[in-house]
Amino acid sequence: MAVISKIILPLFVILIIFYGVKKKINVYDTFLEGAKEGLVTTFNIFPAIIAMIFAINIFLDSNVLNFIISIINKYIGNINIPGEIIPMALLRPISGTASLAIMNDLFKSFGPDSFIGYLASILQGCTDTTIYVIALYFGSIKVTKIKHALWVGLFADLVGIIMAIILTNLFF
Amino acid sequence: MVGYIWAFLIGIGILYSFLTGNINVINDSILNNATEALDLILNLLPIIVLWTGILKIAEESGLLNKFALLLKPFLKRIFPDIPKDNKALGYISSNIAANMLGLGSAATPAGLKAMEELQKINPSKDTASTPMITFLVLNTAGVTLIPTTILALRGAYHSSNPEIIILPAIIATFCSSVAGLTLDYIIRKKKRNGRHI
Repeated sequence: MAVISKIILPLFVILIIFYGVKKKINVYDTFLEGAKEGLVTTFNIFPAIIAMIFAINIFLDSNVLNFIISIINKYIGNINIPGEIIPMALLRPISGTASLAIMNDLFKSFGPDSFIGYLASILQGCTDTTIYVIALYFGSIKVTKIKHALWVGLFADLVGIIMAIILTNLFF
Repeated sequence: MVGYIWAFLIGIGILYSFLTGNINVINDSILNNATEALDLILNLLPIIVLWTGILKIAEESGLLNKFALLLKPFLKRIFPDIPKDNKALGYISSNIAANMLGLGSAATPAGLKAMEELQKINPSKDTASTPMITFLVLNTAGVTLIPTTILALRGAYHSSNPEIIILPAIIATFCSSVAGLTLDYIIRKKKRNGRHI
C-alpha cells in the first residue's frame, strides 16, 4: 500500500514533463513562469497565515482546550480520538489556513510520523473548506437560497473526518 | 464568518488565561507568534513554488485539458440535468481536474465560470439549482491527488515518509465525495417524488 503513495508523485512529475516535451513547449521557461506565480501566491497568503497562527496559538496556549475536552469527556464519555485533533476537525470546513496552522502546531508537538501527525495530515488532505467554497461560488452569482448545499457539504466533511480516523488506525 | 471565529479564538484564549492566571504564557505566545508564521510560510514556499512550476507545464502543454476530458463522461452521469453541449460541463471538468492536481489557483476561476454557466440555465436566479448543488458537493469534498502543502510541512518537520499519507488521504476523500453525492442524490429524488404526489 505504501508503495502506491510513493510512486504517485514521481509518476506525475515524469508524466507532466514528458508530455510537455512531446508537445514541444519550452518546459524550462514554462516552469519558471509557473514558479513565479507560485511565489506571488505564497506571499499573498502570508497575511492570512500570520492572522491564523496568531489566533490559534493564543487559543492553544491558553489551555482552554483541555477544559473543553474535559467537558466533552464528562458528558459523552471518552471518545476514542486524541483531543488535540478536535479543533482541527471543527475548523477544517471553515478555514483552510486555520486548520493548516493547527496541523503545523501538531507536527511541532507530536511529529509528523506520530499517530496524531498522520491523522492531521489525512484530515487536512481529505476535504476542502466547504463553507468558504459555498460562500465564494454562490456569492459570485448572487444565489441566496442555497437549499441543502451546506448540509450535504458538511455531511461529506463529517464522513471524511470519520474515514480519516478509521484509515489512520488501519494504515499506521 | 471567519472573522467571528478568529475573534472568538483570540477572545476566549485571552479570557481563559486571565481566569487561570496563565498570563505569562499568553504574553510569550503573542510575542513569538509572528515568527512562527514566518517559519511556516518559509517551510511551504519551496514546494509550492516548485509544484506550481511543474503544473504550469501541465497547463500549457494541454495535459490538464486532456485530464479534464477524461473526467467528462463520468461527470455527465453525475449531472444529468445539464444539457449535453453546455459549456458548464467543460468548466466543471477543468475545475475538478485542477483540484485533483492541487492546482487551486486554476481551479477557482474554472469553478466560477462553471457557476456562471449554470446560472444561465437556472430557472430561478436567486435559488441554487440542482446541478449547482451537486457541483459544490463534489467541489467541497476536494479530491486531491497531490496535497502539496501537507507534503511540504511533513518534510519540513523531518518526516521519514512525507508522502505516505497520499493514499489514505485519497481513499478518505473518495469516501466523503461518494457519501456527499449519495446524500445529494437521495434528497433530489425525495423532492422530485414529493412534487408529483
